[in-house]
Amino acid sequence: MMTFFENIGRGLRLKISRLGAATRLFFTIISYSSESFKRFNLTIREIYFTGVLSLIIIVVSAFFVGMVLGLQGYYTLQKYGSSEAIGVLVALALVRELGPVVTALLFAGRAGTAITAEIGLMKATEQLSAMEMMAVSPVARIVAPRFWAGIITMPLLASIFSMVGIIGGYVVAVPLIGVDEGAFWSQMQANVDFSYDIVNGFIKSLVFGIACTIIALFEGFDAPPTAEGVSRATTRTVVTSSLAVLGLDFVLTSFMLTV
Amino acid sequence: MDRIKLDAWVGIFVALGLIALMGLAMKVGNLTSNDIKTTYVVTANFENIGGLKPRAPVKSAGVVVGRVDSITFDTKIYEAIVTMSIDERYVFPKDTFANIYTAGLLGEQYIGLEAGGDPENLVAFDKISQTQDAVVLEKLISQFLYNQASKEEGEK
Amino acid sequence: MKKDLIVSIKDLAFGYAERQIHRKINMNFHRGKVVAIMGGSGCGKTTILRLIGGQIKPTSGHVEVDGKIVHEQGRKGIYELRRKMGMLFQHGALFSDLSVYENVAFPIREHTDLNEAVIKDLVLMKLNAVGLRGAHNLMPTELSGGMARRVALARAVALDPDIIMYDEPFAGLDPISMGVICDLIRTLNDALGATSIIVTHDVTETFAFADYIYFIADGIVAAEGSPSDLKKSQLPFVKQFIHSEKDGPVPFHYQANEYTSDLGL
Repeated sequence: MMTFFENIGRGLRLKISRLGAATRLFFTIISYSSESFKRFNLTIREIYFTGVLSLIIIVVSAFFVGMVLGLQGYYTLQKYGSSEAIGVLVALALVRELGPVVTALLFAGRAGTAITAEIGLMKATEQLSAMEMMAVSPVARIVAPRFWAGIITMPLLASIFSMVGIIGGYVVAVPLIGVDEGAFWSQMQANVDFSYDIVNGFIKSLVFGIACTIIALFEGFDAPPTAEGVSRATTRTVVTSSLAVLGLDFVLTSFMLTV
Repeated sequence: MDRIKLDAWVGIFVALGLIALMGLAMKVGNLTSNDIKTTYVVTANFENIGGLKPRAPVKSAGVVVGRVDSITFDTKIYEAIVTMSIDERYVFPKDTFANIYTAGLLGEQYIGLEAGGDPENLVAFDKISQTQDAVVLEKLISQFLYNQASKEEGEK
Repeated sequence: MKKDLIVSIKDLAFGYAERQIHRKINMNFHRGKVVAIMGGSGCGKTTILRLIGGQIKPTSGHVEVDGKIVHEQGRKGIYELRRKMGMLFQHGALFSDLSVYENVAFPIREHTDLNEAVIKDLVLMKLNAVGLRGAHNLMPTELSGGMARRVALARAVALDPDIIMYDEPFAGLDPISMGVICDLIRTLNDALGATSIIVTHDVTETFAFADYIYFIADGIVAAEGSPSDLKKSQLPFVKQFIHSEKDGPVPFHYQANEYTSDLGL
């Protein structure tokens, strides 16, 4: 019985010390970040690998999500005679929640795992050590550019997700179902507020970007230098990122709705 | 992956992202309509503001002409002071009515301005003197019940 | 005035919470010499290279490189020291996303302001020294193990370091590649006037060209001397290692119960 609690306590202590190490990595990255901007092509390269290569999955997912929202939304709204509010429903659902959150989850799965695996592998093959011994800081050269790329990429991806999702909802609502096109857009414009909805959504995606990228970087950096270690680290990246995103979403949403 | 191709793709990606953001701001939100205009501030006192909240719209003839900035309570006259910003393109006479309406049956509340006939116009920091409070549902119901009761009394 | 003693390790102790690895190590490395560090697996040979390079700090004692105590240096000081060192990792540790040329050019680009034409000459020169000038466009994944290690060697000597460190350079190589690496270690060392520190298991090859050998066991230097001295040594540990004896101070059998009781007799 006691060993059960001991294990929980030990596990908790381990997780908290990892949280501390991740925070330390965060501040180390910030202090070593000048290189990422002076040699911006390093960061650009990482934006390519995290952002551009995620475009396809983001766009396709967004389109389907938007279409489902249109479909589900319509069948519920039309029971109350408010089917013309479908534009509002799709837009608000995407801009406020689904855009930032689903993008972050997809980002963690695609770009996050790639980052973890890459850095974990570099650690396992001693490339990071080699760089250190050549008097080049691996944090400045490898880790920081990926961090800034993640921060820049996430809000852009989330905006693209929301926009494509709205188009998807439009495609289902107007040509397919027959909702009035004018009503679709005008209701949306009347009810989606720039600062409340769009800016807040943007802030959310920024925060998620920071969280997911730091988690991916930390897991890769911290992974045991074996094949098994790296594969476990990539799994941990996805799980931890997903939980962090959902948790932060709740915190941010409750904060934003009361302010 | 040589440098030029990489830079091109990243440029395209960032451009797409910014276009999406702009699209959301312009088409979806209402950035084009309100917030960037210059406004002037007027106040109005109400005995009961009902469910009026800051940032609620100020409409006239159904068109949004401004926003509620803040709502405070005056401890001397025990009334609510509503401060609102009105787009400076729209001028209203000094005897304008400020009423609190509800959008739809149970929607959010907003301020409706009805222009009077005064040749002089409201300027910044003026106070609108003619106001009508929000309709409070409980008072309406109790009034209805009272009327019903007195009607029945009268019929007896 | 360049000191003759370029690296010296005094009374070094190092360990983790669970395990004490080094108890009291004393070593001296002289300029221009090829020195080998040998010992059983897990005795802390690679750790010594890390201590010299300042990647880890000793628990007591110190490592002195070119007159400076390594663990007392700040960030800038450590980087200054590391620019005098070149390290060859066990499997090469080439950057997998850069070509052979870019890998060798990496330290040059990072630490000098030379223009592209000069860098090209330097890179091709270093690659030529290891015999891989023609492979400069290949990616690390396209190289064999031996070739990768040679490229890593070219990278390690790109800035003409004073100290070249090798972590198990012969591990897993075919006889030809092994001969090539041996030859390169000696040639480069003499050509650059550098000091080479080699961590290895390999007795035959090392004894053929090393100037001095340190044996580590039980956290201390168990034996040291020139190859000819050690071949004559009567110390049981050294004898077992050199003559590849199955049993001796390093036991064959892992700790176990009596054989008869395990079999249930």
